[in-house]
Amino acid sequence: MNALSQHRPLLSVQHLGKHYGPRIGCTEISFDLYPGEVMGIVGESGSGKSTLLSCMAGHLVPDAGRVVFDTALGPRDTVQMSEAERRRMARTDWAFVHQNPRDGLRMGVSAGGNVGERLMAIGARHYGAIRATAADWLGRVEIAADRIDDAPRAFSGGMQQRLQIARNLVTAPRLVFMDEPTGGLDVSVQARLLDLLRGLVRQMGLSAIIVTHDLAVVRLLADRLMVMKDGRVVETGLTDQVLDDPQHAYTQLLVSSVLQV
Amino acid sequence: MYVAVKGGERAIDNAHAWLASERRGDTALAELSIAQIREQLTLAVNRVMAEGSLYDPDLAALAIKQARGDLIEAIFLIRAYRTTLPRLGASVPVDTAKMAVVRRISATFKDLPGGQVLGPTFDYTHRLLDFKLAAECAPETPATAPPDPAAVPHVTDFLNRDGLIEVNPQSAAPPSDLTRAPMELPASRALRLQALTRGDEGFILSMAYSTQRGYGRTHAFVGELRIGLVAVEMEIPELGFAVQIGEVELTECDSVNQFKGSKTEPPQFTRGYGLVFGQTERKSIAMSLVDRSLRWAELGEENTGAPAQDEEFVLMHADNIQATGFLEHIKLPHYVDFQAELELVRKLRAEAYAQQEAAE
Amino acid sequence: MTDQAYNFAYLDEQTKRMIRRAILKGVAVPGYQVPFASREMPMPYGWGTGGVQLTAACLTPDDRLKVIDQGADDTTNAVSIRKFFQRVAGVAVTEATTEATLIQTRHRIPDTPLRVGQILVYQVPIPEPLRFLEPREAETRKMHELEDYGLMHVKLYEDIARHGQIATAYAYPVKVEGRYVMDPSPIPKFDNPKLSGSPALQLFGAGREQRIYALPPFTHVVSLDFEDHPFVASKADHACDLCAATDSYLDEVIIDDDGGRMFVCSDTDYCGGRRAAGYVGRLGGQA
Repeated sequence: MNALSQHRPLLSVQHLGKHYGPRIGCTEISFDLYPGEVMGIVGESGSGKSTLLSCMAGHLVPDAGRVVFDTALGPRDTVQMSEAERRRMARTDWAFVHQNPRDGLRMGVSAGGNVGERLMAIGARHYGAIRATAADWLGRVEIAADRIDDAPRAFSGGMQQRLQIARNLVTAPRLVFMDEPTGGLDVSVQARLLDLLRGLVRQMGLSAIIVTHDLAVVRLLADRLMVMKDGRVVETGLTDQVLDDPQHAYTQLLVSSVLQV
Repeated sequence: MYVAVKGGERAIDNAHAWLASERRGDTALAELSIAQIREQLTLAVNRVMAEGSLYDPDLAALAIKQARGDLIEAIFLIRAYRTTLPRLGASVPVDTAKMAVVRRISATFKDLPGGQVLGPTFDYTHRLLDFKLAAECAPETPATAPPDPAAVPHVTDFLNRDGLIEVNPQSAAPPSDLTRAPMELPASRALRLQALTRGDEGFILSMAYSTQRGYGRTHAFVGELRIGLVAVEMEIPELGFAVQIGEVELTECDSVNQFKGSKTEPPQFTRGYGLVFGQTERKSIAMSLVDRSLRWAELGEENTGAPAQDEEFVLMHADNIQATGFLEHIKLPHYVDFQAELELVRKLRAEAYAQQEAAE
Repeated sequence: MTDQAYNFAYLDEQTKRMIRRAILKGVAVPGYQVPFASREMPMPYGWGTGGVQLTAACLTPDDRLKVIDQGADDTTNAVSIRKFFQRVAGVAVTEATTEATLIQTRHRIPDTPLRVGQILVYQVPIPEPLRFLEPREAETRKMHELEDYGLMHVKLYEDIARHGQIATAYAYPVKVEGRYVMDPSPIPKFDNPKLSGSPALQLFGAGREQRIYALPPFTHVVSLDFEDHPFVASKADHACDLCAATDSYLDEVIIDDDGGRMFVCSDTDYCGGRRAAGYVGRLGGQA
């Protein structure tokens, strides 16, 4: 990595907007994410945070703005990319962790196959090596080695989510999108997953964008925070700063947990 | 010495001769004529014309005779013949409002201009075997009335006047032709209707029935069902206007369905459409339900994952000639692939045993 | 004695032109499935209508046609298709692979090597190699477009994880010129190596599924595998009991009620040629 690219944002979102008919999904969203940074996006349901994530990850086509990613060939607007280019990026440089592991896993394929798929998609052709990498990653997400040939439908919810994370991180993606990664799990399971994620983020120096309504998640994982309401960003700043000294009335409500989110 | 199975050619010739003799049955009995089939097994003839996509009652009757009454086989014969016919041109769209109706009913209005005409229907017959038919007997002469030359307007047009039902989009663009271009998905509604009208009656019926039972709920009423002859007209380039070249019998069904409305559109009724050659009432009603069900995306409805909402599933499996061909092809020899499987299974089993023994 | 009620080789010239255009496109993009407006043929879908349409579009009056099913010229469906073209095209027919200019086949590639100028037409039931991994046509077409073939190897990975080896014995998927993953039709994997670098033009037709694809002569075709679990073109571990060949694909034949069996060449022309040349197998001499 040369000196220049270290000072260049990994992802630069510029005036991004998406409408559903007359209704605002999200509008006028701009921010930069630098390598190694974790950005948290919080807000209640309907605040537009999921729409924003889908637009950034290329699952939805925004009607305005740019999503500039620092590719191997320099910064490129991913909105203007062909679908082929975008899909290629989605299985190499990017990763996406879904809230529901069923959306991110192949439920009929073994755990090893699930983790190996991204490796094979980018050309890995040595079965033994693929299997060894898969086994290593299962270990890193605390799944017992003897479950490697079991299909995830036999796994608990927490295990499925950990498997989804392994499947996504195995190719060392440069940017990870996470949509409520701890949603739908029991509190004790959430804590373990969060702990695991924090370890991986630190170890791998991951760049990530995490959408959640759970402030505990961002407090633990995010360097910076964006607070969204009605499709717009109402406050942004360093995580501790926003959570400890919220400026916007809505953020204050959110932090004081008055809001049922 | 072992001799590999030979004589396929002679076996085929013998089988064909045997088939022909079985078709004829007991020669002491009079042979069926094409005219008898056409006149007395009309509904079978109609189905063969509809799913064979060729309006020719005599040929359909011949196909039924040749197929020993197997209607899918008869449809196959018609399709294979049809594909060799030259295309002279396309007719102008038939005007079903000018249909000379023999039957016309509406489930949505008790009475309406043009009246309800019950026509020749099984609907209110008691399904009791009529043993008189076992003997030859002349039917009662039905009552007649002078034909009414006035056009019979469509029921949906009455609703349309108040904006209560969606307006069918009009387009002058020629629709694509299912029999001349490969199926493309997602398909236009015109293409879907083509596939449905020649689709297997049993399949379309079951799909429609599934929507009534809640798998992609349509909640349909028969707005109107009409059967009768319509004129077929063709533009003759030398004349510069259309002339009638014949007439065909059609069954048309307009089903009326609820629509909750959306943010941009107030609630109104929506349509499902069925149009089939001949007197083919069940098929036409079923077609209109399946058509409506497949329109969920266009109308902004929820995809509940029901089979009848799945365009690819319905269109790729509606054709009985494709289905029966592929189904029956598993009768063909598969020695080679079976042999390959056989060796694989043997090898896998041998290795599994070897592992077991090593473990013990 | 050509049947005068039909055009030469049954299809009208317009339809043949349409099919030839699809063939040319297929030749230009090896391994790519070209949609074509498959016609209703006078034999059932699934019984070779795709192959028959390709043959009809390629035949000229000077051609010499060979039709095989399971490697044999005398299986009923091969007889039926050969008779069809004798009737509607009046072309010469042969059982000798070397004499044929056009060979229509189902499930085999002849064991006699092909030569420049020959056309091999395959009957294809399901042209989509990804079909049983992803049933939706709209999605599989996108996967081909984007070269998104990770899933194909996942299937092979799962085979090895479960069985210790790739458990696909026929219709074994291949990659064509490093680009398209292709289904070679249900030929045994023993035949796969013959797909690559063949001097003959190979055409694949799926009538019901409305697809044509092609391998022009000398196309590079690779069977998918892993470096540490390489593809193996296997067959029954025997010699032909009639002609003693060890390099041909074998059918297993049950000869008595006590489980007695013998192995014979599936390619009847190849076997016959060897026996005529004096080769005698284990049971070939008992007369």
